Amino acid sequence: MFTPDIFNFMKPKNELEKQGEWLETHPYVPDELWVKCPSCKNMLLTSDLEDNMKVCSKCGHHFRINARYRINITVDDGTFEEMDSELTSKNILDFPDYSQKLQKAKISSCENESVICGTAEIDRSRTVICVMDSSFMMGSMGTVTGEKITRAFEYATENSLPVIVFAVSGGARMQEGILSLMQMAKTSGAVKRHSDKGLLYITVLTDPTTGGVTASFAMEGDIILSEPKALIGFAGPRVIEQTIRQKLPKDFQTAEFVLEKGFIDAVVSRKDMKKTLSELLKLHEKEGNR
Amino acid sequence: MSAIDRVNAARANNRPTSIDYITKIFGDSFFELHGDRRFGDDKAIVSGIARLNGLPVTVIGIEKGRNLNERMERNFGMAHPEGYRKALRLMKQAEKFRRPVICFVDTSGAYCGIGAEERGQGQAIAENLMEMMTLKTPILSILIGEGGSGGALALAVADEVWMLENAVYSVISPEGCASILWKDAAKTAEASECLKMTSQDLFSLGVIERIIREPKDLDSKLFDGLKNLISQTVRKKLEQPVDTLLDNRYNRFRRLGQDFVTQDDAPTDTE
Ligand SMILES: [Zn+2]
Repeated sequence: MFTPDIFNFMKPKNELEKQGEWLETHPYVPDELWVKCPSCKNMLLTSDLEDNMKVCSKCGHHFRINARYRINITVDDGTFEEMDSELTSKNILDFPDYSQKLQKAKISSCENESVICGTAEIDRSRTVICVMDSSFMMGSMGTVTGEKITRAFEYATENSLPVIVFAVSGGARMQEGILSLMQMAKTSGAVKRHSDKGLLYITVLTDPTTGGVTASFAMEGDIILSEPKALIGFAGPRVIEQTIRQKLPKDFQTAEFVLEKGFIDAVVSRKDMKKTLSELLKLHEKEGNR
Repeated sequence: MSAIDRVNAARANNRPTSIDYITKIFGDSFFELHGDRRFGDDKAIVSGIARLNGLPVTVIGIEKGRNLNERMERNFGMAHPEGYRKALRLMKQAEKFRRPVICFVDTSGAYCGIGAEERGQGQAIAENLMEMMTLKTPILSILIGEGGSGGALALAVADEVWMLENAVYSVISPEGCASILWKDAAKTAEASECLKMTSQDLFSLGVIERIIREPKDLDSKLFDGLKNLISQTVRKKLEQPVDTLLDNRYNRFRRLGQDFVTQDDAPTDTE
């Protein structure tokens, strides 16, 4: 399904490692050749891992990946056209250290914000796509994140396009205070207007999707998918443990748990994601369009 | 008053709760309606129908409880998903009968627990945000004490949002903020300043329409004044064509957080 030249668009792996998300998901600094899988503890060849969409070939553990990588493995080559890439947050509330944190996030992620939005084709079906990036302040939702997602939905509504959102987020960005909270309402409004026009919205929850993003657009899809074992919840596990003063069951808040409780439609592995999205998009296209 | 003083005032045990507001403003006309028709009846949310100077209205309040027993019964005003779903059920009912919805918000946040997660706390809040944005009847939300993050917002997607002078509204508690950012709970006072969570801050940021001045002790003067203010406001909103009402509601939130820069002009930004 995936031609090898898709991978030519990936950032070189050393650069990926430098981006911080690699380090963040991986407690051991990988050497040039080998990476230890945090789930099964097997040593994996870095190049094998890259060839396998950063999924452990031994146990199926899905490593966190950044937004550009995600786009490259999801959309047709050369079809992604980014929107609003130049938008970036400023320290609206003069919050201590926030300006430096923003600067650091930009350098380590090579992005201007925690979400990348644009249009693309998936097996020739045109869609708006928004992909969040955990290497930018843990995918936290600031005003620009909300603004970009809102603009993407407004564009899709205007142009009668479906929207796919890949969510990954630690929640609202507290350094932007109440204005980050307001993005939950703002994005939800844009989702509703898109929905009321009879247009399709698919969300894909990836590890981790929590907080204000879970409590807004991530849970508002017509169809909600998730990557295997992704942490999905409103409150983070540590907050819950502190509140109830007891340990949580082992698989609590995993994608599989949330599926069983009835809050997502399906768990889809990374290698099947493009095909699944493509089929779902085509099921919602009017006959004769293709 | 410093921000932390406001936080403490907003949380004070003797502060009137939603039930006090409902009793003082709607009196005997309030008829409580229970349950979400899905799972159960969340006592952290008090809701029903009432008359406001003759006009039928739907009233929804987050209730913290007025003494220890009540607080336990009400889960300290921390709602579960079924609470938000009960609220949405009543809002849909209000839409059907074109009754204005009046929400009283007072919560440290949506409950964080096993049951709440199992029953989709995130989904319940998300659905409220989405549905409230296009609910075809006026909505007015008043923050009377604590406005804790998504759990408060789930009842505050409204045509107008008001705050009591000493109410607070924030994306995270100052304690949570201090412990995450500085690993130091002692910095709570500092965090409450940084978060810009007082009524004055929120008014300046354009997040609320009105600050309700608090008399020395919250007495009948406040409630009478508030009653008339609510009545006038919802009657005015009822006269608006629904499309105008909903466009205004959408734009009310749409304009929040436009204060960003583009990468190109970032270094020379002169604002
Ligand atoms: Zn493994």
